[in-house]
Amino acid sequence: MSVPLLSVRDLTVDFATRDGTVHVLDGVNFELAAGETLGIVGESGSGKSVTAFAIMGILDHAARVLSGDIRFEGRDVRAMYPRERDLWRGKEASIIFQNPRTALNPIRSVGRQIADVVSRHTPGSSSEIRESVLGAMRQVRIPDPERRMSSYPFELSGGLCQRIGIAAALACHPRLLIADEPTTGLDVTTQAVIMDMIRDIARQGNLGTVLITHDLALASEYCDRILVMHAGHVVETAPVKDLFANPRHPYTYGLLNSVPSMVDSVHDLRAIPGSLPDLRRADLPPCRFAERCPRRIPACDAPGLTLKEAGPSHAVACRNPL
Amino acid sequence: MTRITWRLLSAIPTLFGVILVTFLITRVLPGDPAVFFASNPSMSAEDVERVRVSLGLDKSLLEQFWIYLGALWQGDLGKSIATGQPVTTEMMNRLPASVELTLFAFVLAIVIAIPLGIMAALRPGSWIDQTCRIVATLGVSMPTFVTGLLLIYIFYYLLGVAPEPTGRLDPFLFKPPHVTGMIIPDALFAGDLSTVWAALRQILLPGITMALFALAPLARMTRAAMLGTLSAEFVRTARANGLSRRKIVMSYAFRNAMLPVVTTLGMTFSYMLGANVLVEKVFAWPGIGGFALDSLISLDYAPLQAFMLIMAGIFLVVNLMTDLLAGLVDPRAGLN
Repeated sequence: MSVPLLSVRDLTVDFATRDGTVHVLDGVNFELAAGETLGIVGESGSGKSVTAFAIMGILDHAARVLSGDIRFEGRDVRAMYPRERDLWRGKEASIIFQNPRTALNPIRSVGRQIADVVSRHTPGSSSEIRESVLGAMRQVRIPDPERRMSSYPFELSGGLCQRIGIAAALACHPRLLIADEPTTGLDVTTQAVIMDMIRDIARQGNLGTVLITHDLALASEYCDRILVMHAGHVVETAPVKDLFANPRHPYTYGLLNSVPSMVDSVHDLRAIPGSLPDLRRADLPPCRFAERCPRRIPACDAPGLTLKEAGPSHAVACRNPL
Repeated sequence: MTRITWRLLSAIPTLFGVILVTFLITRVLPGDPAVFFASNPSMSAEDVERVRVSLGLDKSLLEQFWIYLGALWQGDLGKSIATGQPVTTEMMNRLPASVELTLFAFVLAIVIAIPLGIMAALRPGSWIDQTCRIVATLGVSMPTFVTGLLLIYIFYYLLGVAPEPTGRLDPFLFKPPHVTGMIIPDALFAGDLSTVWAALRQILLPGITMALFALAPLARMTRAAMLGTLSAEFVRTARANGLSRRKIVMSYAFRNAMLPVVTTLGMTFSYMLGANVLVEKVFAWPGIGGFALDSLISLDYAPLQAFMLIMAGIFLVVNLMTDLLAGLVDPRAGLN
């Protein structure tokens, strides 16, 4: 078996806050192959973004990675020296963020911001760097890049800002792209254009893509495989079609029935009862969904819940699956 | 360019207001300058009256103000009763001393406060952050004259390493040829390094006293602004793109943190001009601050008004420069 582009094993992250320790991620596992698009879905606070930041090594100071083996093409990312990991970021693995406008430096021209990335990873003469910047801007189809180079983020639309963010992230041709809710805050038509563009670039460059979103419809359209997260646990993972046709985890089932485009009529819409458990609790149950679950059985309270095979490349972490 | 012109024009009403208020404030001060000036037991009431008329104090307030405005228009700031010199001459002689001291202290404060604030923000809770906090607390809680006297006590009286705290230069040394009126630049210009050294020794203690005062707001604002920008999303983006630590701290975090710091710089400079009055008195520094204090005590209207007018003028210029600097740092400021 070939080495996957990215593998994450047993990733556990805590946040130290004034009100106590928050158990944000607990034993997250997944793999991503080159050229594959994996969607990570879940409601706010389920740990999607923290997973992405932990992979990139850009968690803030309050976070502690308690365990986790993160490998990029077989290399142990967490064992890298800080400088080595800095040079890995942006060159081999990149991430794009939500809120494209605030993700850019407001007082630096967008061309210089892309040039900062290019000159860091592929140093060259100023005209070579300029050409790379223009190339990166053309790749994300920014019209009239020569003129736009000297613009500041406040002079550009949200969609253009996101293109600049993507251009900077992809300027050095990474092999892994993590897109953290890349279209949140953009209008619907722009969303589709940006997503199509990300897909096209990923296909051309055979990039492995992780798409983080709470939008199931978006995930179903652009991903090969989906990972469902709930309260810091991976609860189910399956190829897109399989997951939508045959959800096994009660949470996945609940999610699918809470999205208008996934049900036949408005009357079939169902909200998932309750909310995420307080992740500061010391007595978090083995299954963090158990307290909201309609299918809870006594076995649910036994420790040692893991993802179990539930079909071809379909796995679910549930003692009483559908 | 039109923006600068507009700013300058909009300063005119402010200046007029300052002229009016300083005029009125000096007139409501308790005491009669004519009596004060004629404070000679042999002087009769007629003599005092004659002094009053010669000073123009017998006229109505409105008339006095009108005369004052007319004189100002011709660049005449009046005459000091105490020294008998035209106020313009007095101010021109003393202003360079104040400017030299203030600039020295200002640069000293910037050079210490900004790196201190940056380092404190990079390592919150570390010893350097604690140092920053202690310096800032001391700076705001110690009045400048106390700091000044304390420094004189330690470095002049106890240790004997500082020169006598009287003025800008050892009286046995010659002043360098007058170019700017500021001794250190003038001596440097003349290539007279021993005078530069002597002047530096003199300016060090009053300079530190004023710098300590200015340090606190600058270091605290730098720290706070840096903490804000370091946790901003665009800094996270810069990290995610693998930029070097130096680039992230300087080009991304600090450049953005400079906006509030520049504003604080302007304010601090203005406050320092006020703090000057006491520091100059403590160190017998022959600047305009000490002169203003003397004038206030001896009810010498003309220099007092001139002092306030000069301060207001400097305030306006500093504000304008702050605006221009902010416009240079932030491309968004150029819009409106």
